[in-house]
Amino acid sequence: MDIVHPDHYPQLITLLASLIIFTTFMMLAQGKLLTLINLFSLQGLLLAGTTAMVALITGNHHLLISAGLTLALKAIMIPWLLRYLVVRMRLHREVDPVENPVQIMLFGVSLVVFSYYVTLPVVQLSTLATSNMLAVSLAGILLGMLLMISRKQAVTHVVGFMTIENGLFFSAVVSTHGMPMVVELGIAFDVLVASVIFGVFFFQIRDSIDSLDVDKLNRLREETE
Amino acid sequence: MIWLLNLLQTLLFVALAPLLVGWIKWLKCHLQNRTSPPLIQPYRDLSKLFRKETVIAEQASWIFCTTPYIVFSVAVLATSIVPLIAVHLPTAAMADVIVLVGFFALARFFQALAGMDIGTAFGGMGSSREMTIASLSEPAFLMAVFTLAVSTSTTNLSAAIEYNLLHPQDIRPSYVFAALALALVAVAETGRIPVDNPATHLELTMIHEAMVLEYSGRHLALIEWAAHIRLLIYTVLLANVFFPWGIAQEISFPALLEGLGMIVAKLALLGLFVALIETLLAKMRLFLVQEFLGFAYLLGVLGLLMHIIMEVGS
Repeated sequence: MDIVHPDHYPQLITLLASLIIFTTFMMLAQGKLLTLINLFSLQGLLLAGTTAMVALITGNHHLLISAGLTLALKAIMIPWLLRYLVVRMRLHREVDPVENPVQIMLFGVSLVVFSYYVTLPVVQLSTLATSNMLAVSLAGILLGMLLMISRKQAVTHVVGFMTIENGLFFSAVVSTHGMPMVVELGIAFDVLVASVIFGVFFFQIRDSIDSLDVDKLNRLREETE
Repeated sequence: MIWLLNLLQTLLFVALAPLLVGWIKWLKCHLQNRTSPPLIQPYRDLSKLFRKETVIAEQASWIFCTTPYIVFSVAVLATSIVPLIAVHLPTAAMADVIVLVGFFALARFFQALAGMDIGTAFGGMGSSREMTIASLSEPAFLMAVFTLAVSTSTTNLSAAIEYNLLHPQDIRPSYVFAALALALVAVAETGRIPVDNPATHLELTMIHEAMVLEYSGRHLALIEWAAHIRLLIYTVLLANVFFPWGIAQEISFPALLEGLGMIVAKLALLGLFVALIETLLAKMRLFLVQEFLGFAYLLGVLGLLMHIIMEVGS
């Protein structure tokens, strides 16, 4: 069995793509913040691997650069930054409880079915080799949103946001074989800057409500002198 | 000749089962820096129990007395469905994997009834817990099986394994999910550590032990042996369905020997995994089991979806 045989590349891509979805589901079920960030880092690694694989199959070698960018940013830098922030704010033992995990999981599964249903006409029209992964990438976006709306911790929200970004990047890779380099560089820079700004926001939120639980932002109250 | 071989395989299955339990225990002890009992300790335990007197409560009905025999014979029947060292054996062709699920359900049904038969508090508690877990793990098991079935277009285990052998270069994402789901279900069904602790009789946590608390002597031996066989069935399912390399496809001496060697190696490796998991994890609360099995079910469904999304179209 020759793993590196070129015929196996499409299968390896589908395997990596399904593992990306799997990490997203693991994130949905995971309450510990540090583990959540590690899972996010793993997802970035898988995404970089998928991108590199698509680059090798299709011969679009500029995708290798974006794979490298993904690896550097989403698998290493941003997780490192988030981890640093979490440890700095003494949240590393914090658990963001998952309420009704089974219900959320089933909702996640129905999101996957929904995105399959939505992308089916597109997939049938498309001639790209990677088009059957469009549903998976759309599901990644929707699952990231689900992660954001089902939790209360601001850190989890940021991870959810980054997951959405991962899903968007993934769908760009599999549906058009990559955006123009300028756009990609811009987005990568944006994401990096966003994560820095999020860090600043964490401190702001914690200073004003003494916690990162955004549910407490619902209560408006007048500052008493 | 082929029937003889089939009988031999079933006997091997039944005879090998306590050895796997002994192997896991041995590894676990060494991982935890304890002196371990010898590998054949489960056999000694069983033979001791067979020699001991069987005590039966006065109120016991026929259900209580026949259950050990039903449970054991159903376990032996179940082993004849699962290919151990060779595919294409006649009994494996007779029944498919859904029958296997049915066998497990039958054994569980009688065991739960027997648990309640005497009327002690522990028996009823154990039965209710066992049925709770079973009602959650069975759909997950079936989902994993269906993923396998749609990929190989058969529910027959022997045919499915052969299909996988004939297409070795297919890397199937759906199998990753199905294998994980099956592994989680196996942990729950055989009462290994994150769900149940096989080594303790602590009244608040035990599930399987609570049901069989009233059994002694020969009856207990049969039930324990059936539990060993069930563990072996699940590990062989995982090993042979998802990693089918080495299983004998034709009936010849070298092929069978290779099949035997491979399955022993695969089981030893899986035993190491079980021992590692049992050493690293703590038993979870009973009410977390539903989340655990919910996750297993989800993995099964995802496997099915991944098959439809990614493998059918391409």
